[in-house]
Amino acid sequence: MSAPASIGVPARKREGVFLQRLKGGDPVAHAIAWLAAASVLLLTVLLVAELWSQSATARHAFGFGFLWSTDWDPNARKFGALPFIYGTLVTSALALLISVPLGVGAAVFLSELARPKVSVVLTFLVELLAAVPSVIFGLLAIFTLVPLVRDVIGPALDKISDVFPFFAGPAYGVGLLTAGIILAVMTFPFVISISREALLAVPREQREAALSLGATKWEATWDAVIPFARLGILGSIFLSLARALGETMAVTMVIGNDPKIASSLLAPGYTIASVIANEFTEATGDLHLSSLILLLLALFLITIVINAGARLLILATTRQGSAK
Amino acid sequence: MSAAPESRVRSAIPAQTLPQAVDGGQADSRPIKLKATGIDFFYGAFQALHDVSIDFFENRITALIGPSGCGKSTFIRNLNRINETIRGARCEGEILLDGENIRDIDVTQLRRRVGMVFQRPNPFPKSIFDNVAYGVKVNGLARGKRAIEEKVENSLRRAALWDEVNDKLHKSAYALSGGQQQRLCIARALAVDPHVLLLDEPCSALDPIATGKIEDLLFTLKDQCTMVIVTHNMQQAARVSDYTGFFLLGKLIEFNKTGVIFRTPAQKETEDYITGRFG
Repeated sequence: MSAPASIGVPARKREGVFLQRLKGGDPVAHAIAWLAAASVLLLTVLLVAELWSQSATARHAFGFGFLWSTDWDPNARKFGALPFIYGTLVTSALALLISVPLGVGAAVFLSELARPKVSVVLTFLVELLAAVPSVIFGLLAIFTLVPLVRDVIGPALDKISDVFPFFAGPAYGVGLLTAGIILAVMTFPFVISISREALLAVPREQREAALSLGATKWEATWDAVIPFARLGILGSIFLSLARALGETMAVTMVIGNDPKIASSLLAPGYTIASVIANEFTEATGDLHLSSLILLLLALFLITIVINAGARLLILATTRQGSAK
Repeated sequence: MSAAPESRVRSAIPAQTLPQAVDGGQADSRPIKLKATGIDFFYGAFQALHDVSIDFFENRITALIGPSGCGKSTFIRNLNRINETIRGARCEGEILLDGENIRDIDVTQLRRRVGMVFQRPNPFPKSIFDNVAYGVKVNGLARGKRAIEEKVENSLRRAALWDEVNDKLHKSAYALSGGQQQRLCIARALAVDPHVLLLDEPCSALDPIATGKIEDLLFTLKDQCTMVIVTHNMQQAARVSDYTGFFLLGKLIEFNKTGVIFRTPAQKETEDYITGRFG
């Protein structure tokens, strides 16, 4: 409106300089960005404070012993976290053991080997898979995976249980293995999708450097492309791990919900997220409720420890020489 | 499609006079190391090279000059068949390495014999040592820790980099300066004892001092291998090369001894380019 007037009228401009600069936005943008950043910290602090205060009853009753006590009997007012921690860690580890090699392999195929059209279609499907709600995976697992583990995989694994004792025992269908497999299916798209992005970001020259030295296609991929993308691939693994640790619905539906530490992967188990989902609404008394919240705090701690570990791992591997 | 693989599809346009490296009728005393004949190259439907033929003489440095996009990089990328890794790329014509068709040589063997240095320094995200050792290991050229160490030291010395890095061999290659990284890439290429070294604008990302070091290095490497250097810098071509080829729009306009090209070019286009009247 006043644009033509302001041309060549510096005096007038100077009057409004503060307002103009403010409109220009730097201080405003600064303040907004600062607030946004501060809210992250605020949320984290609030979360921990809330978990800490709500779990006071259980902390006073059990102390650190809560973490390694194996009893969970609400009727006897005995609460211990170990079976849940065990179940959470075992199912997550199983999930990654399956989904990482498969996912990275698929990502290599999509980014390096597949024809562009195939790659586009498959990538679309993978991203679709990542958006499927977990309850659907849970149902899928109940209808297909549980019978499969009970009737086929379980008996087959039982035969090699002399060599691998963690496959011993009867298969009920529901159990740690089934939960691990369904978690693997759920984390698989994450590994593929993020690893693929990381692999695509590797400069052409890296692959060509290896090829020009006489490396085969496979050697160039394995020695030059994948190491260059390793930070992204590690990132995909940790994101998957985070999802596996916290996944509730699908796991609750197939893990068997039995707070025992079983040596066999075919036996039922329980995870932290599952027990909270199952018992929170019908907790019998303050101690029970408080114990569940303390479990949450434990899950939070596990996540922090694992993330810190991931950071250290990345630091350690980057020091050797990294693409940054 | 219908052409038999061995038939050389020649462009219908009559080839321009292409002096096969003659200087007043005198051929080079050295044997021909690498002979490219009638190279047509396509990115999909786009023809990037038209009927290019060049002889590269042993232990000589041949410079390929020309404006950006003229096909000079595309051309040398056929010499070690690295262009084959590009989807939709197709090369017709014949390239002989020591008289042997490069299509008949196992591609990994070919690339060991015909090394390559790229436009931007591209060390692996590994230590300096591991960068140089990579080619040695992957080709199985040396067995055992001692032998590999010797090979690495020797290569770094040949690339005139040893004195600068011998106390930090296990540091990241990315800790080096751009010029050092490029010499590291040359050392890495030298480690597999190539007969031919292709240099694709190796100094375009470097400052004049680093460029000078690389050029000095090329002179010292001359008796060890045959070199082909692509450059957009005419002074560089004049300084380092024995032969020069001028490319324009995917065609080799002129090829001759460097002195001839820069003093008495036969083609109008060449003259326009080297005198800066190109446009």
